[in-house]
Amino acid sequence: MSLRITDLCIARGGIPVLEGLSFELAAGQALILRGPNGIGKTTLLRTVAGLQPPISGIVEGGEDLIAYAGHSDGIKPTLTVTENLSFWANVFGAGSIATALKAFDLETLQDRPAGALSAGQKRRLGLSRLLVTGRPIWILDEPTVSLDVKSVAMFADAVRAHLGQGGSALIATHIDLGLDSEVLEVGPYKAKPPAIEDFDGGFL
Amino acid sequence: MIALLMRDLRLALRAGGGFGLGLAFFLIVTVMVPLSVGPQPALLASIAPGVLWLGALLACLLSLDRLLALDWEDGSLDLLATAPLPLESVVSVKALAHWITTGLPLVLAAPVLGVLLNLPVSGFKWVVISLLLGTPALSVIGTFGAALTVGLKRGGLLMSLLVMPLYLPTLIFGAEVARRGAVGMEIQTPLLMLAGISAASIALLPFASAAVLRINLR
Repeated sequence: MSLRITDLCIARGGIPVLEGLSFELAAGQALILRGPNGIGKTTLLRTVAGLQPPISGIVEGGEDLIAYAGHSDGIKPTLTVTENLSFWANVFGAGSIATALKAFDLETLQDRPAGALSAGQKRRLGLSRLLVTGRPIWILDEPTVSLDVKSVAMFADAVRAHLGQGGSALIATHIDLGLDSEVLEVGPYKAKPPAIEDFDGGFL
Repeated sequence: MIALLMRDLRLALRAGGGFGLGLAFFLIVTVMVPLSVGPQPALLASIAPGVLWLGALLACLLSLDRLLALDWEDGSLDLLATAPLPLESVVSVKALAHWITTGLPLVLAAPVLGVLLNLPVSGFKWVVISLLLGTPALSVIGTFGAALTVGLKRGGLLMSLLVMPLYLPTLIFGAEVARRGAVGMEIQTPLLMLAGISAASIALLPFASAAVLRINLR
């Protein structure tokens, strides 16, 4: 059940951004991705989640085991919190929404239309979706954006509980979540510009 | 899949869902045509099937750019693509939801609005049958157009241009069934062509839509 990435090269808009990336994510383990803006963390996470193909390299062990949470939460403003969450619970066919609502302290908000939630509350609803997917590998792209200190702790607890149950998590974040996890700095894997083969020195 | 269908229907019916948009447009077209053509019952009766079909087609086209764009903007499409549902069934369900909220109301409204256009009595049955057979094709083809332009901001113009030629066969044979039915001619050939177009679009286009969606999600 471990996710294995071997010699991965990924591109954004046809231009390689990261290359030569290899790592392994075992059950119960969390891996934090760090790196400056624009280095390709989101592209890496989308590639691992299967939303785009890599240029070269292998992503294995992730089929139908990954729950992806990107920058946007996929929340419908006219549906209530419960309706939003039950939809995803039905699509994935696993997990009860009661525990998810409890884990992210959404119980008092459950009948409110999601459009009336604050940015932080929306994010908590988006993260609670992970709990109803029942999938073991979480791939999270800056999950703590717009969360307050208390909610970040809530989120870290949820990740810890998930790891405790044999799950794993790959998280791109800039803050310290207080998790006992390894950190992968992606900066050194920055792709080198391709060599120009038919460059004519006569133009210089 | 049922969960997705129920969600889409619920979203369409809630405030701002655009459920009445196509129907209101259809109503406006069919009310305006007699006013602009003038009091000529014989002329109206002969153009009624064509006007009803054109109105239904444009009403469908109008509601297409919301079909996938909203799910794209709020990130639901990314999440659906990583969900256990295959994208082929996601787009099929989306097309079905579009048909139920747009196509079906048009079919039901057509005979009522036919009265405004002095549609001959013999034509009512065939207008309804041809729309019932043809509107599913409009929804499925429209979903393909929406999938092609999903990543584009304000992709509505491009989508209309892409979808219009694909809509032509459905329009030609659909309106021909209605016209022939109204004047009491034999309708078998255009009816079979229309049914064939619908069946082929429903069978094949979801695969094409899912394929372009995968490319657009990159």
